[in-house]
Amino acid sequence: MNPPDHPFSPRPDGARRLESAVFWIFRAAAYLILACGAAVFLDIVVKGSATVFQSKAPFVNTAFLTQAPESLYVFEWEGQPRRMGDREFRAFKEATPAAANVKAESYVYSSGGIFPCIAGTVLLVVGSMTIALFLGVCAAIYLNEYARDGRFIRFVRLAILNLAGVPSIVFGLFGFGMFVIFFGWNVSLLAGWFTLAFMVLPVVITASEEALKAVPIGFRAGSLALGATKWQTIWRNVLPYALPGILTSSILGIARVAGETAPIMFTAAYVVRDKLPWEVERAVDFLFQGVMALPYHIYVVSSKIPQNEFTERVQYGTAFVFLVIVALIAASSILLRNRLRTRYKW
Amino acid sequence: MVTVPSRLDSTPPASGPAPARRPTVVEGVPPSVPAPAAGQPLVEIEHLDFFYGASQALREITLGIERQKVTAFIGPSGCGKSTLLRCLNRMNDLIEGTRIVRGSIRIHGVDINQPDVDVIELRKRVGMVFQKSNPFPKSIHENITYGLRLQGIRDKAKLDEIVERSLRGAALWDEVKDRLGESAMGLSGGQQQRLCIARAIAVEPEIILMDEPCSALDPVATAKVEELIQDLRSRFTIVIVTHNMQQAARCSDRTAFFYLGKLIEYADTRDIFTNPANPQTEAYVSGRFG
Repeated sequence: MNPPDHPFSPRPDGARRLESAVFWIFRAAAYLILACGAAVFLDIVVKGSATVFQSKAPFVNTAFLTQAPESLYVFEWEGQPRRMGDREFRAFKEATPAAANVKAESYVYSSGGIFPCIAGTVLLVVGSMTIALFLGVCAAIYLNEYARDGRFIRFVRLAILNLAGVPSIVFGLFGFGMFVIFFGWNVSLLAGWFTLAFMVLPVVITASEEALKAVPIGFRAGSLALGATKWQTIWRNVLPYALPGILTSSILGIARVAGETAPIMFTAAYVVRDKLPWEVERAVDFLFQGVMALPYHIYVVSSKIPQNEFTERVQYGTAFVFLVIVALIAASSILLRNRLRTRYKW
Repeated sequence: MVTVPSRLDSTPPASGPAPARRPTVVEGVPPSVPAPAAGQPLVEIEHLDFFYGASQALREITLGIERQKVTAFIGPSGCGKSTLLRCLNRMNDLIEGTRIVRGSIRIHGVDINQPDVDVIELRKRVGMVFQKSNPFPKSIHENITYGLRLQGIRDKAKLDEIVERSLRGAALWDEVKDRLGESAMGLSGGQQQRLCIARAIAVEPEIILMDEPCSALDPVATAKVEELIQDLRSRFTIVIVTHNMQQAARCSDRTAFFYLGKLIEYADTRDIFTNPANPQTEAYVSGRFG
């Protein structure tokens, strides 16, 4: 290399080498995260779409999305290998008496669809988020607008912080002890709702408080100076502006509530259930029934049944549908949030 | 909770002349507050000691504010003038640790810090315009009707009428009449402050408190607000806190000079600026300190 011929020519030294090394470490970290995310996502999308989509119109495997899980029967008939779901197989045996005693291998949950799980997960998310938002926003309003700082409030905040650190399986056990056994709700939607709601409460409370804090104090003062009560001020002139921020927290909450398996496995989830959630005799039974749920179904089909070439279809299909549903629920709250944001801008 | 109107409505115990009607009568809204005895100030502050926690912000303030006059509070920063203003509609209640240790503030002869005074009713009658204009992030129309809706007024025709009258009253109507449905946040700083004044007068208060209303405005917008204050003095009792001595001189009838939490001098504005009795006042108004 030529010696520097002007005063600003680069001079390699320790600081500059460190600079480029540090830069590359950061860059590599970012790329690694991207690669991991892409690998997980693409794997599920590629393998899952084989289950969810099909080459013929309507291009979506409607049976997978609308039917209940069934056992798959694999057998040989008239020299041809045949695969049938449970109901189809029974109909087939009735129609062809000669087949009554055919030898068939059965693979549990490998046929049919996952509709009860989709319904259960949506119900669990909607119910628990409703409870969590109501309780969380109320608590946040109390903490931020009404309560005066003191030992009690510090204690409440500490409790919220601790709640956020509790592992989800502990929430599951808590829900089991509290709602399922002590309240006698059994394994039910209601028990699942409250367990999941308590799990996301810390997130909702903290985020709602931040959202309330972000509303300028002048809006409150202006409202009070016009003769509004505190509640009128909060309801008309604080909460609407804080709602976008509160919804952001609920988006995070939705992903957690939909995804957690541990809290519902003792409190709300059934491995399999024949009836759909709305097929109940009395309206009140709706609350006290267990449901199937997507994350629990994934757990069951991936670890609780014998693995074979037919289970992968269900595993990836369920995971893919699960991702799409969480994305849809989150997207709808993002849309709602953005609409509110443009409406109240300051 | 005992609401104030019953007490504010009645003439003070001192037997005065028959209640006179207020000069501006809102169509459909009968003037509910009769004028008390002539010569008695509308607001009487007596021996007021006020604390933020352990630090005393106001010392022994005694001062009467006369109706339908513009009273200016002047003084250097930290002299207590804003604190005193905020005592008049009890906005200091919002700040933790504030307390009035001694003395009283009476409006219409009613001590407004008594437990049987409903602070909501008080604030309906004692409106406020803040230093930093604070239009709500709603439409211009909704900003004006905010206080009216609180009072349960739902009639659309009536609301529209009050919106127009308030905006005209705040000299803003011509500028915004075609975009009442648009967000108030789109207005300029001066327009926002006049909107806040319009919002305050929409609920027909008796007293309007203005806390340095022009400190964030450019000279043109300031001139407009000052002009507006001149228009409003015939209908409202106005108390204005200002850093700007020229502003006090231009638009007030009475001026109170505060220094270190004490009322140094209170007199007709002309006297304060041309013939102050106290040397400290003279030093301040002539620009030698503060």
